[in-house]
Amino acid sequence: MSAPTAPTKGSGLAWVGRSLRRVEDPALLTGRGCFTADLSAAHRVRFVRSSVAAGRIENISIPENANVFTAADLAAVKPISPALHKFGYIPVAQPVLASGFVRFVGEPIAAVVAASEAQAEDIADSVSIEIGEAAPVIDARAALADGAPQVHAEAARNVVVEGKMETPGFNAARKAAHRAVTMEVRSRRQNATPMETRAGHAAFDPVTGRVTLTCATQMPHLMRTAIADLIGMPESELRVIAPDVGGGFGQKMSLVPEYVVLVWLARKLRSSVAWTEDRRENLMSSFHSRDQYVRLEGAFDADAKFVALSAEVVANVGAYSCYPTTCAVEPLMAMAELPGPYDVRAYACIARGVLTNTCPMAPYRGVSRPVITMALELLIDAAAAQFGLEPVEIRRRNLIEKFPYTSATGLVFDEASYRQTLDIASEKLDLPAFRKRQQCARSQGRYHGIGFATFSERTGYGTPAFAARGMGITPGWETVELAMDPSGDLELRIGASPHGQGLRTTLAQLVADELGVAPDKIKVVHGDTDRTPYGWGTFASRSLVIAGGASVLAARKVQSKLKKIAGRLLETAADDIVFEDGTARVVGTDRALPIEMLARAAYHQAHLFQGELDPAISETATYDPPGTFSNACHACIVNVDPDTGRVIIERFVVAEDAGRLVNPMIVDGQVLGGVAQGIGNALLEEIVYDDTGNILTATLADFLPPTSREIPPIELFHLETLSEATITRSKGLGEGGTIGAPAAILNAINDALTPFGVAINEIPATPQRIRAALRQARKTIA
Amino acid sequence: LSERSEITLTVNGQAHCIRVEPRRTLVDAIREDCGQTGTHIGCEHGVCGACTVLVDGAPVRSCLMFAVQADGKEIRTVEGLANGEELNALQRAFMEHHGLQCGFCTPGFLMLITGVLEREPDIGDDELVDVLASNLCRCTGYQNIVKAVRAVAGELRRRRSV
Repeated sequence: MSAPTAPTKGSGLAWVGRSLRRVEDPALLTGRGCFTADLSAAHRVRFVRSSVAAGRIENISIPENANVFTAADLAAVKPISPALHKFGYIPVAQPVLASGFVRFVGEPIAAVVAASEAQAEDIADSVSIEIGEAAPVIDARAALADGAPQVHAEAARNVVVEGKMETPGFNAARKAAHRAVTMEVRSRRQNATPMETRAGHAAFDPVTGRVTLTCATQMPHLMRTAIADLIGMPESELRVIAPDVGGGFGQKMSLVPEYVVLVWLARKLRSSVAWTEDRRENLMSSFHSRDQYVRLEGAFDADAKFVALSAEVVANVGAYSCYPTTCAVEPLMAMAELPGPYDVRAYACIARGVLTNTCPMAPYRGVSRPVITMALELLIDAAAAQFGLEPVEIRRRNLIEKFPYTSATGLVFDEASYRQTLDIASEKLDLPAFRKRQQCARSQGRYHGIGFATFSERTGYGTPAFAARGMGITPGWETVELAMDPSGDLELRIGASPHGQGLRTTLAQLVADELGVAPDKIKVVHGDTDRTPYGWGTFASRSLVIAGGASVLAARKVQSKLKKIAGRLLETAADDIVFEDGTARVVGTDRALPIEMLARAAYHQAHLFQGELDPAISETATYDPPGTFSNACHACIVNVDPDTGRVIIERFVVAEDAGRLVNPMIVDGQVLGGVAQGIGNALLEEIVYDDTGNILTATLADFLPPTSREIPPIELFHLETLSEATITRSKGLGEGGTIGAPAAILNAINDALTPFGVAINEIPATPQRIRAALRQARKTIA
Repeated sequence: LSERSEITLTVNGQAHCIRVEPRRTLVDAIREDCGQTGTHIGCEHGVCGACTVLVDGAPVRSCLMFAVQADGKEIRTVEGLANGEELNALQRAFMEHHGLQCGFCTPGFLMLITGVLEREPDIGDDELVDVLASNLCRCTGYQNIVKAVRAVAGELRRRRSV
């Protein structure tokens, strides 16, 4: 395919910074990708799920001669119960098949095994389950009320985790303030909706006694540990493969109970079993997110400087706690990051995770930050209106500008460009000219609005950041192995597990520059626990920063060894060797050897280096960074039709800073895709339950991801503040698109609706909600 | 319903004589009976378009058609687009414009666009965005897909006008 030309000799950082075409693409474009559902198996599995939200399982009747397994069969399998050692966390347990009780609609109760999918579905339809229904609780605030049904006996008032903090002197700062502004927002529930649903294929090998689980996961090594632990099998008997994975966005990073059942079945039947989730199951019982209430009070001095912020976060975590992060991930991240990129020293927060009879929550791109950013940015705009300032002006007065900056919650912000990105966005949308057009349009009955959101995106953080949450399982580091074979080709084996991010392309770019070779000399291997070092997988905008940093470290070790070999062969000091264009050259001379000859010597002429160097070339490196903050300003202009409630996004600008861009094409792709999800979050997507806990949005005709019609052209501008906190000097940016868009869009809608005295503080801002608010306002006026 | 009928599906020019239950969907037959797994299943209710194939030249959601309905028809799937190892113009454009990330929805988009451009080579840019709204992609935000398709459509228009 279009192979990029070799860089000119001695061109230094030649591959990083270039928009190389992706090595991942040809297979995916020709139908040769290999996704889990493409594998054939001796048996297909169908799960029978609860049709009620809460109750006791009274009887399960199974048709004769059917192969159906229930909790009773899996009695030796431990329940999923991840640990967290802080914030009063209560370790609620989820049996992999419901045992005794059901707690949400869609919870798996029985596994049907049959020769074909159709047969398994037929049998599943004839499995009859009697459940003595109990009163469910669906809404998080209702779950906190006195007398609410309790989802788990051990969690009083359904509170599963409660984070609390208050900076010293908070009350004094708040009381001394000139003006207080409150903001209450609600984010409805979302489903990440990767185009590939979850799927698993478990195959027992009678020769070795091992099981290979191929599954749609972002964390293959963690799946291996978790499943081996729960089943009580040696971890060495389980291999987990993440083949091509059709998007994850967080939904595929948590342990899937169904995968545990598949491995158990493969061992039980000594055969192969496969399950492919259908879309209804995905929307109903794969993980949800974002279901939160956030209440803020901001206190400002007379110059509109932010002096104090208090927050109350209520996060609906569903019926169970996801592994490995636990369900505390959303409320605790909200507490730690709520002050955003603003210089506010007095802060108080209470953040609760609340159990309900709904599908469990798990991380989804952005994790809490889309909601807290919306709350904070709406608060800032409300304050701007009260002070009679432009939204841009109040942000200019409050954004942090001196780095490193230690926040009220103890986070250390490395250098970024908050003010600059705001200025770029405001300039691109020509704010003064927009205000004139807006006035003019209003006089003609057309309602336009402009909205801004400035935010930080904490990325690439290692173990200290995760340890601060007190997680029983503390992710963070990443290890790679880089081996050069005797022909001089390189294999980079990583514990990270990309699923659309193009890491095979970008990591090869990073290694290529360290070794002076072309990226096509480097094959990146991922997603196979037998072939890669233990690692945490791909989530939290971490892989390019952490696996990338480890790759650079490993490449430097390889380079050091190659220098010694070359020095010996060229009869010079190792330090005099430079690498470029696939050769090792004595600096300042034209004496050179191709890297292939060094590789060959390392393996086949090891006697030359006896006592100095071990044979072969294979290096391992680990990286565990402190973390870095990328940043962006999202700004948009919308047109709101007050008669229909329809919102049209006319322009959408992203001014973004993720440090060094390794592959600008891939960076842009991450931002564009993230913003589209943010637009869906802001305007369209909503999982709806009725009062009995029945899900009303179980098809893609009801739960509405945006199409090409709803996504306007996104205007993208990059700054590159090189990070001092990372080896690659890059910052992660996978999630920012989803973080800023809802806030910017809501601010724009509210700006448009100013003449009506109406504000929408809830996402998605559907036409129905906008119309309801307008009707309500009219009634109030009348 | 479980009685099987014998049908012939011609997939990318190759005839497959298969026996299927009447309820078997075309996409299941293509993937499992004909072994062509490049066509993906995204929703099985006709919304996402991941399973789009061409049946006698027209884009069809193969999850909403029964295999028996396609008996004797010419079916084209993503596997038939490239010439050996050489990507066709549309596939190349997707690569050049970064019109795919995870690649799961990609075969459906490629077949949708192939069918549309064959029938309406002069389709306008704005109509293309409407047509692309037939299918869902969760990774790219569509912008790069739109760019790729516009580039190919523009090239087609130029060639026809020469």
